[in-house]
Amino acid sequence: MSATLQTLVNQPYKHGFVTSIESDVAPKGLNTDTIRMISTKKNEPEWLLEFRLKSYEAWLKMEVPAWSNVHYPEIDFQAISYYAAPKQKPKLKSMDEVDPELLRTFEKLGVPLHERMALAGVAVDVIFDSVSVATTYKDKLAEVGIIFCSMSEAVLEHPELVKQYLGTVVSTSDNFYAALNSAVFTDGSFCYIPKGVKCPMDLSTYFRINTEESGQFERTLIIAEEGASVSYLEGCTAPAFSSNQLHAAVVELVALDNADIKYSTVQNWYSGDENGIGGIYNFVTKRGLAKGVNSRISWTQVETGSAVTWKYPSCVLLGDNSVGEFYSVAVTNHYQQADTGTKMIHIGKNTRSTIVSKGISAGHSNNSYRGLVKVAPSAAGARNYSQCDSMLVGHQSGAHTFPYIQVANNSSQVEHEASTSKIGEDQLFYFAQRGIDAEAAVSMIINGFCKDVFQQLPMEFAVEATALLSFKLEGSVG
Amino acid sequence: MIHQDSKVLLEVSGLCANVNGTEILKGLNLTVRSGEIHAIMGPNGSGKSTFSKILAGHSAYEVTGGTVMFEGQDLLELAPEERARAGVFLAFQYPIEIPGVGNSQFLRLTYNTVQTHRGKEELDPLEFDDFVREKMKLLEMSPDFLERSVNEGFSGGEKKRNEILQMAMLDPRLAILDETDSGLDIDALRVVAGGVNQLANKDNAIVLVTHYQRLLNYIVPDYVHVMEAGRIIKTGGKELALELESRGYDWVGVEHKAAMGAQA
Ligand SMILES: Nc1ncnc2c1ncn2[C@@H]1O[C@H](COP(=O)(O)OP(=O)(O)O)[C@@H](O)[C@H]1O
Ligand SMILES: [Mg+2]
Repeated sequence: MSATLQTLVNQPYKHGFVTSIESDVAPKGLNTDTIRMISTKKNEPEWLLEFRLKSYEAWLKMEVPAWSNVHYPEIDFQAISYYAAPKQKPKLKSMDEVDPELLRTFEKLGVPLHERMALAGVAVDVIFDSVSVATTYKDKLAEVGIIFCSMSEAVLEHPELVKQYLGTVVSTSDNFYAALNSAVFTDGSFCYIPKGVKCPMDLSTYFRINTEESGQFERTLIIAEEGASVSYLEGCTAPAFSSNQLHAAVVELVALDNADIKYSTVQNWYSGDENGIGGIYNFVTKRGLAKGVNSRISWTQVETGSAVTWKYPSCVLLGDNSVGEFYSVAVTNHYQQADTGTKMIHIGKNTRSTIVSKGISAGHSNNSYRGLVKVAPSAAGARNYSQCDSMLVGHQSGAHTFPYIQVANNSSQVEHEASTSKIGEDQLFYFAQRGIDAEAAVSMIINGFCKDVFQQLPMEFAVEATALLSFKLEGSVG
Repeated sequence: MIHQDSKVLLEVSGLCANVNGTEILKGLNLTVRSGEIHAIMGPNGSGKSTFSKILAGHSAYEVTGGTVMFEGQDLLELAPEERARAGVFLAFQYPIEIPGVGNSQFLRLTYNTVQTHRGKEELDPLEFDDFVREKMKLLEMSPDFLERSVNEGFSGGEKKRNEILQMAMLDPRLAILDETDSGLDIDALRVVAGGVNQLANKDNAIVLVTHYQRLLNYIVPDYVHVMEAGRIIKTGGKELALELESRGYDWVGVEHKAAMGAQA
């Protein structure tokens, strides 16, 4: 049964970009001229151009990281075009024009109706007034002084905030892909929560990205001032297609005294076909700075897509008593490769971190957890708890765990637990003997395995993520 | 209870089966009518568990000959989950642990799945909770077992009770109990046997696979079969179990060989 669905979810988006008006596109290749062009096109202030050029200089001296457990053909960075004016997705007039197969996929995933329309490229306002929803949403946020806009808009409208924080958590020379992103990023999200404000709703990228294809080099910056709190949702469960194979995003979070940032991601980029042809290379640098006392940064991710995932959402726990959390589910199938995990850097006193990682590998895929827990000499009383569980589905997949622990303070406490399990034929037979088919059984086993992570997701995200996982693994067991 | 005119539930004829290329079942015959309780006894390795799993549809076993009819349909044609929904229940000799999956969720899913296929109403979580607690009382099981993962960390006896609990919930047509008595202390044996006796009625049938006659003091069989090397070589009444207890199995084989020789 799964074969058709599997092809469906993995098929390239049929409604190509054929009707789009030819936009101005930079010639292929990367040099200082390209960077100047990007900056000019976007009307950027001088300091940002300098930021980009400095990043470019750093990038030139860097090497592609070779330490991770992923393998892919060498990328020719001079064969990429680094700028295209934002493209409008082709608009369809109604749901009737949408590929019925795509609709069935959404149905299966339980994607809410309004999201389905947006994703399928229907002019949403025809049926569902998303423009007014987005506006209401913006008004509500503005009332409490929250800024939530695109990065380009923020650069123009709130340059002092962007200048103050951009590159302070992930420096321009942090790593190869972060340096590249810093040189050429085109857009992303910006979010600022003023002092004492608890954001009244989850901030979702869905409300921001509605007509544009999301960028290849996204840049996100979230700042929570003293006592502020926010929950931010990135991505959605529906399969996302891109005309670019390489994606290298950077996300920076800053939490001041008593501030709290919760960042949840569901990643479902095109993962290539069942033979490992195609799919997105996703190299992401995500880091949160828990700068203030009692601040908290919490990452939750459900990684299901991309051909190659290279991603370590991390926390720098600088403020005393600050808290870092990382909850992750990473699923790989077919020939997907994921090398993901986190870094918890304890600097402040009594800082605490929790790592819960669940890796599921099916098909011929390879799934690695890589995590660093580092306790600086200053971090008296620091505590970490890590739990890394792997589940193998079938016989040809691989699961690996690479925990690194560096402790330089003897009043700290670091705990690491790991397990590997397998969905076995005998488990499925037990379910079957009680009337439950393999699909429902796998879904129940996987949900049980992931529940500590799913509990961290906002309710409806959790429901969709559950469906997505079963969907991704269909046909790989039994 | 034997009623000659009650209908045939299960008809196994000449069943042969392999596992990993080795022949384990070598022409097994068995007829079970509704209302009956059968005991299958026999030495270790004679193929009792293999037979039970084949009835339930385990994919590791390859049926190479013979037929199995269940309520007039070809059981071998059905997928394992379809057999379960049709009313075939196997209480496993070694129930598997399923870490992370809550017992109550599992029990509710299996109950509702089977109910749906019988055209009956599903129960919502609250209704189900009342229903399952009632059934647990029958087996003197603490409701704490609902909160735990399926069979995880259960003692041998607790796993067996959890199996009979599922039997009580699902109300099968044909229940095969594979060494449900082994690993039970005498009190647990009494409770579990009491549960099984309450479930037995004129419309269903029970096949007890056991090593020991002990269980048969509590659940009285209508027929006792002796299995050896993949065949049923002798069938008798409940007194056969007592004879096996005192004399062992060897004589049955000797008698069987002699009879076969005489036939030849
Ligand atoms: N999966 C298997 N692979 C190989 N041999 C098996 C397998 N399952 C059962 N057997 C063999 O089949 C024979 C019958 O086993 P079983 O049905 O468990 O007997 P019983 O339940 O009567 O003790 C034994 O010799 C056993 O070793
Ligand atoms: Mg056995």
